Order: sequence, then structure tokens, then C-alpha cells
Amino acid sequence: MKIHEYQGKEILRRYGVPVPRGVLITDAGDARAAAEELGGGIVVVKAQIHAGGRGKGGGVKLAKNPDEAQKYAGQILGMTLVTHQTGPEGKVVQRVLIEEGADIAKEYYLGIVVDRATERPVIMASTEGGVEIEKVAAETPEKILKAFIDPIVGLKPFQARALAFGLGMEGDSFKKTVKFITNLYKAFVESDASLAEINPLVRTGAGDIIALDAKINFDDSALFRHPDYADLRDLNEEEPLETEAGEFDLNYIKLDGSIGCMVNGAGLAMATMDLIKLSGGMPANFLDVGGGASVERVAAAFRILMSDANVGAVLVNIFGGIVRCDRVAGGIIEALKSVKVDVPVVTRLQGTNAEEAAKMLGEADFDFIVASGLAEAAEKVVAAAKGGAK
Amino acid sequence: MSIFVGNNTRLVVQGITGGEGKFHALACREYGTNVVAGCTPGKGGQDVEGIPVYNTMAEAVAKHDANTSLIFVPPAFAPDAIVEAAAAGVELIVCITEGIPAMDMVPVKAYLRAKGVRMIGPNCPGVITPGEAKVGIMPGFVHKPGRIGVISRSGTLTYEVVHQLCESGFGQSTAIGIGGDAIPGTNFIDCLELFAKDPDTDAVVLIGEIGGTAEEEAAEWIAANLDKPVVSFIAGQTAPKGKRMGHAGAIISGGKGTAAEKMEALQKAGIHVVISPADIGVTVEKVMK
Repeated sequence: MKIHEYQGKEILRRYGVPVPRGVLITDAGDARAAAEELGGGIVVVKAQIHAGGRGKGGGVKLAKNPDEAQKYAGQILGMTLVTHQTGPEGKVVQRVLIEEGADIAKEYYLGIVVDRATERPVIMASTEGGVEIEKVAAETPEKILKAFIDPIVGLKPFQARALAFGLGMEGDSFKKTVKFITNLYKAFVESDASLAEINPLVRTGAGDIIALDAKINFDDSALFRHPDYADLRDLNEEEPLETEAGEFDLNYIKLDGSIGCMVNGAGLAMATMDLIKLSGGMPANFLDVGGGASVERVAAAFRILMSDANVGAVLVNIFGGIVRCDRVAGGIIEALKSVKVDVPVVTRLQGTNAEEAAKMLGEADFDFIVASGLAEAAEKVVAAAKGGAK
Repeated sequence: MSIFVGNNTRLVVQGITGGEGKFHALACREYGTNVVAGCTPGKGGQDVEGIPVYNTMAEAVAKHDANTSLIFVPPAFAPDAIVEAAAAGVELIVCITEGIPAMDMVPVKAYLRAKGVRMIGPNCPGVITPGEAKVGIMPGFVHKPGRIGVISRSGTLTYEVVHQLCESGFGQSTAIGIGGDAIPGTNFIDCLELFAKDPDTDAVVLIGEIGGTAEEEAAEWIAANLDKPVVSFIAGQTAPKGKRMGHAGAIISGGKGTAAEKMEALQKAGIHVVISPADIGVTVEKVMK
């Protein structure tokens, strides 16, 4: 789960991680008052969207005074911000953070993730702040310092010291960096984050260490421990069809192609998408209907597939194991009574009771195109999509 | 012979009194697995169609000399169940539970490593040695005894692969679903090491997917250590970046973990990389000629 920068900073503040003072506004008319509340000096006006690359896209502006803050907030709020992470359609900015300006002496990078290779959290730090860390990792990996956290003893002070020394910190800034790292790690663990990234981390002219930006992602599997995170969700940041799918426990991701897919199991769903592409088509989505495949879920899945205007044909690929294919076929037939499906539907049900299922689909009112093999199914659905609507 | 499970498996099912636990405990028994006991705290003394239920794993293991555990416990309680099984002395834990937070798995995995206990999963279909024992939720009838080892990060895609193998006339020595989480108890290399030593496995099918670098590491290990043929397919060639494709571990992040990178690494290691998921069975047939 992703959250906004201002929400991430709110969490950090609770853990004693220094962040600039800021005020969130949703109405440009409030920008002047916000800037004055922050002292009337230099402020930064920052678009709040989940995607990165906001500065380059024109979503972050430095304002010398409250008048300028007002002007920039007016430009940014409501603008369609396009960055390398938003896709070409961009995101409409609905929230803006007005933040006090910082006197930057030097920018650094600090990030925490769970490392899959060592199976433990890793704190990464670099003197190369303010740039994409992936770029640093690819070009100058020696400039990324790492501290792996042992699950038995946790983060030890010597590790935080080693990182602070490695960043070249001295005197008061050194002490503040050690404390910053320690508190950030505590925030990472206790908030069940999957990522806590401070880029840039800043040393000010006065030697203070502050988080100029903050990117916090939560581990989706840990959300059951944090019912309060529901308030942090911003539905404007989600693809509406994905939100609807989530309500039915369907795993759906919208893509750009024309062939709607409904599959049980994430791996088989990905493999089905791959096969569609190899057969000359493009998948419109990833959709894992999961184990149950009840009438309600199959109906919801068809409804979601049909609300994507790009979908010209649908492929249902179910490998029945514990789930019986005849039950799934019954679900599909029942679902099509309540959902209007006006494109060709290719079905491939394999596994438990596959023959009964094929018979049921053959006798149904709807004109299913039945396939038995995986390759056959993909070829048929690609041909059906090219043939146009039924 | 085979790996992980077989005729000498003595299974305890944790969470046996829940709907899913009961259903699958009975399905495993029906397949021929020696299901010796169940464990649900507070339900000790009951039985599930003749399978005795205990309050603690220590009791279940001691009374029935169990060596394997199969876990159907909700994610909030699964880490506790895993450690309980290991502490009770089982040699192999198969955890079906999906949705265990990654940071909960970190200390559990360290504990298992120190204790020398093997875990398959979490978030996996389990492991089956066709004709001998099924410890998991896979449909047993799809499988046939034979000499091909199967390792996969997926569930239904594994059934699809096994189905194709059978259609091409190849049974399986053991089929393992290692699970779709970022921190799996058992990885590809763990399974490959055992298949390498198994005299009843002639070749291995390795089914990977996007995310992480487990496939690349497996490729390196295979190139250096394995002289049995390997056929591989990587799911997610069309997956977009930054989106979690169902499995917690299936995500291309920071431009790393793409299918293309994995396929290239596997090819370099001399592995038969299949581009179409429909061609896995026929490729094994070609390789085995």
C-alpha cells in the first residue's frame, strides 16, 4: 500500500524523525495563510501524488514569499502531472503540501527495505542523494553503504554509527544522523512498512539532519494489524476498476490490450497473459479469481472486464483442482444472466470434472467458444478479438 | 525414492478443525498420505473422522512419532504455528497460509535455519510424491508417478505443467510448489540439490516468475552443479513494472526481476528455456529423447 509524502512525514514525526514543518491544502486559496503560518519566508509547494518524479514534471516549486506560494499552489492544484511513473495520461493533483524551505548544505540518500537475498531488513545510505538510487546502484554500487539487520539482536548502535561515519558526518550532525537512522528503523518496523525511503536526506547549513522527502509503503500482508491505515488510502490514486475488484477479493490489474482474462491462480494468470501476447494479441488485464470462483465473484469479474471499453474478447482459463470445473461453469452461466457480455468468450476449463463443464457450456444459452488446450485457447481468443464484437 | 515426502511421511495437520484444514487433511489421507494426527489449541481430545486432535504439537509429535507438519492457520497465527512445529521436532513443515507479513517471516526463517528444520511455503500448494504421499492442496489425480522433478513458485500453473507432462507421457518423481512470497522457506536451489542426488529423478522442470533473483541464482547453481537436464518457463513476460501480480513476491521493482533477465540467465546456464507456457510438456519430450 502506497501513501502520500505528507502522510509518511506525519508517521516519521511521531517517531522523532525530523521533517520540515508543513501544511496540507486542497484549496489554492489556503496557500497564502499556510505560508504565513510557516513564518512567511521561503516555502516549497509540493504536489501530492503517489508517483515519483514530481519535481521534473513541474509539481514542485520553490516560493520566495506567501504571494508566490499562492500563485504556485494555484498552478499545481488541479494540474495533470505527468511523470515517468504516472504513464502518459498523468495524475490530477488534488492535494498540495506547503512546506518551510530548508537551507541545504548537502543531500544524501537513506532507505530501508526487506532484502530478499539475505532475508533480513537492510538499511542503505549514500552520499549520492536527490538522484534515483537505482541509477546509483547500477553505475556506482560502491557508493551505497549497507547495514543488514540481524533478526535476533535487531539494529545495533554500531551499525547506525558505521553508516553515519560512512556518509562523512561529523560532530553534531553525526549524532543527529545516528539518531535519525535509529528512529527511522523503529518507524519502519512498527508501522509494518515494506519501504521507507528518504531521498533526499538533508544536512542543513546549521548541521541539522532532516527528511526533505519521504516515501513510505506498507506491507499489504500486515494491514490486518493497522485498521487505521484505511484512513490513509486515497481512492483518487487507484484505478477505479482495481478498487472495485478489491471489494470482491479479486486480484485485478488493468493493462492496455484488448483481451480480457479471467484465470485462477496468479502464476497461471501471468502465463495466460504471456501466451496471449505470443499468439499475436495483447492482454487487457491480469485477473486472478482465486480458489473459490463462486457465482458472485465470477459475475463481478465479468462486470469488471466488461467495463473496460478496450475489451474485444474474453478468455476464461481455469485449471480445476479442488475447485471443480462444473461448479465454475455453473458460475459462469449464472453470472452471464446478470451481466451483459457482448463480446466473444473463449473458455478453457481443465482438470477436475472438465468434461462435464464443457458439456454444460456447450448447452448454455450463451455461445461459448470452447477450447481444451492452452495454446488452442489463446489462438481462438486472439482470432475472436480480431473478428470484432459478437 | 523421491524428495521431501513419501511412504515414510507421518503427517500432522495444524488447523485441522477449520474448514480448509479438515477438507485437505481428509483429501491427503484419501490420496494415501499417512495422516497420523491433527493439532488445534483448545480442541484436544476430539477427532476429525478418526484423526486424533491434540492441543499442542509437542503431544501430537510425541504420541505419533510424526515427522511432517501441514499448516492451515490464518496469517496472524501462522508464524507461531510454524515455530511450534519446529520446536516439537518435525523435520519438514509445509505452510499453505497466504498473507504472512514479510517482517514476521524474517525471525521465523532465522529460527528454522538455526534449528535445521525445512519449511516449504508459505503461500504455496505444498509438495507431492505421486503414488506415495500428498502434503498440500494440489489435485492428486492430475499427477502420475515418474522421473521428472517439478519446482514452481506457483499453484495452478504447476498443475498445468504436470498435466502437460502427463500428456507427453512423463510422470513426476516429486512436485514442489515453493510458494509466491518474497521470503520462501525453501528456494529453488534447496530443491535442486535434492533432485541432483535423487536417483529416481532424470530431469527437472523449473517454473519461475517475475520478482527477486531466485531464478538467476538457480541458473548459476545449475551451471556449476547439475548434470541433469532442466527445462524452465518464467511467467510474467507481459507483466508491467511496479505492480504486484497477485503473489507478494511477484513484482518488478526498480527495474529488477523482469522475465527477460531471468530467461537470459537461465539460457546462459544451458537450461532449455520455454517461451510459450503451452510448450513445456513437448519440450521435456524433446529434451528426454
